[in-house]
Amino acid sequence: MKKVYLDNAATTPVDPEVLKAMLPYLKGSFGNPSSVHSWGQQARRAIEKARDQVADVLGTKSRRILFTSGATESINFAHKGLIEAIIRKDKRLKPHIITSSIEHKAVLETCQHLEKKGLVEVTYLPVDKKSLIEIEELEKAIRPETVLVSLIYVNNEVGTIQPIKEIGQRLAEISRKRKKKIYFHTDATQAVQYLDCRVGWLGVDLLSLSGHKLYAPKGVGALYIRQGTSLIRQQDGGGQEHRLRAGTENVASIVGLGRAMTLVSQHQATNSKKVARLKEKLVKGVLEIPKIELTGHPYQSAPHIASFVVQEAEGEAILLRLSDQGVAASSGSACTSGLLQPSHVLMAMGVPVEKAHGSLRFSLSKNTTQKEVDYLLKVLPGVIKQLRAMAPKGV
Amino acid sequence: MTDFGLYSQKVMDHVRRPRNMGEIKQPDGVATVGNRVCGDIMKLYLRVEKKKGRERVKDIKFQTLGCGAAIATSSMITTMVKGKLLTEAAKITKQAVAEALGGLPASKMHCSLLAAEALKKVIADYHQKNRS
Repeated sequence: MKKVYLDNAATTPVDPEVLKAMLPYLKGSFGNPSSVHSWGQQARRAIEKARDQVADVLGTKSRRILFTSGATESINFAHKGLIEAIIRKDKRLKPHIITSSIEHKAVLETCQHLEKKGLVEVTYLPVDKKSLIEIEELEKAIRPETVLVSLIYVNNEVGTIQPIKEIGQRLAEISRKRKKKIYFHTDATQAVQYLDCRVGWLGVDLLSLSGHKLYAPKGVGALYIRQGTSLIRQQDGGGQEHRLRAGTENVASIVGLGRAMTLVSQHQATNSKKVARLKEKLVKGVLEIPKIELTGHPYQSAPHIASFVVQEAEGEAILLRLSDQGVAASSGSACTSGLLQPSHVLMAMGVPVEKAHGSLRFSLSKNTTQKEVDYLLKVLPGVIKQLRAMAPKGV
Repeated sequence: MTDFGLYSQKVMDHVRRPRNMGEIKQPDGVATVGNRVCGDIMKLYLRVEKKKGRERVKDIKFQTLGCGAAIATSSMITTMVKGKLLTEAAKITKQAVAEALGGLPASKMHCSLLAAEALKKVIADYHQKNRS
């Protein structure tokens, strides 16, 4: 059976070149980077090279890059570490965080955690129907106690690109004027592969990313921390990662992340164009099926994510039937969440619950081919037709 | 975003090849449960055969808009009652449906409840129509 993987926003396969770079560190070069001997030195050099590679792509100094287990950890550390550091300096302050209602759960649940502990107050900014936040709304939400703004660069469910650069500039101006810094974090997990993520250009103080969304293995990620941003470490037990994250480094995966970052940056322009072209064909083809709508922004959108709502067919049922045809996709329907709540992103965008049950997301990669998109467009109408035929009429 | 890895082979079999799918023209009983907001809607159509004072499920068909578990539970429950005496059919529980499917993920147990409710409701509809 033909196998077509269109769930690259969930995870990507490891690039053969990435694997090749990693293998020596899973074999002979197994040293602990904290050891003094030659094994240790070799591992240390490999990690520092990877740090250079990540820093290069983000347009910063290696010293500003911290390796983690993935974007979720980066996000947890950035938010909790920053708030703890701020409270330590000013014990009377109850800091205020501004984020959006369409963040990844890593940000939302971290903010909720801090809220529940009574440490912070949080504003969750609404989005419009196309899932964009409004800079005016953001500015209105700023209070004297606002210390952090945290916004997702590319939304993982619908692909919408937020105007991070404009917001970064605006926040810098506001910080200057009021002579009190508002830190700016972005979750760039879905952005790194296709968009400019140079931190100076974006104007961010903290940036989180994951390896497995860009052809590195799962279990590795990074956090950019602008100089002068103090964070209290959340994991104790050793002096690793500039004393900010204890624990023996995941050497091979870090090497893989470094290599993957270099590769995606080298091929960013060509891959973005290629993937965007394929997505255009996919969207056009899918929208030819009756009673399907595109969700997210029609053009201010990452090249690899295409998200829809299908009427009169449920998302998970579509996924199961597609999987039978060899196609992997994803859905934000309540039935796929395990929590029976439809996607908070679609809800925030004002998609009615009835429609959100038919959520369907395809996400492409640099490896996706025209033939694969053609195959999807061949099988999808049948899958949806069969499910619609199964549904009771007129309900 | 999905947990369909947790579905048993039997569930997948019913998702792939639903049994007794469709509608019965002029049924002896019909019932719909669920709604668009909660996500799953099941409709059952019932045909009853009366012989020597005993009522038997001659035919039963379903229509479902919902997830894999909703499809599988409605399909399964039709196979469990077809040919059975109405009194026996009425005794089928949500647990029995889930067990017949080789179990369901915890978050999907409500689907078997929905199927069992649909069955109770369609039998009640038959009785009501028969009385009048």
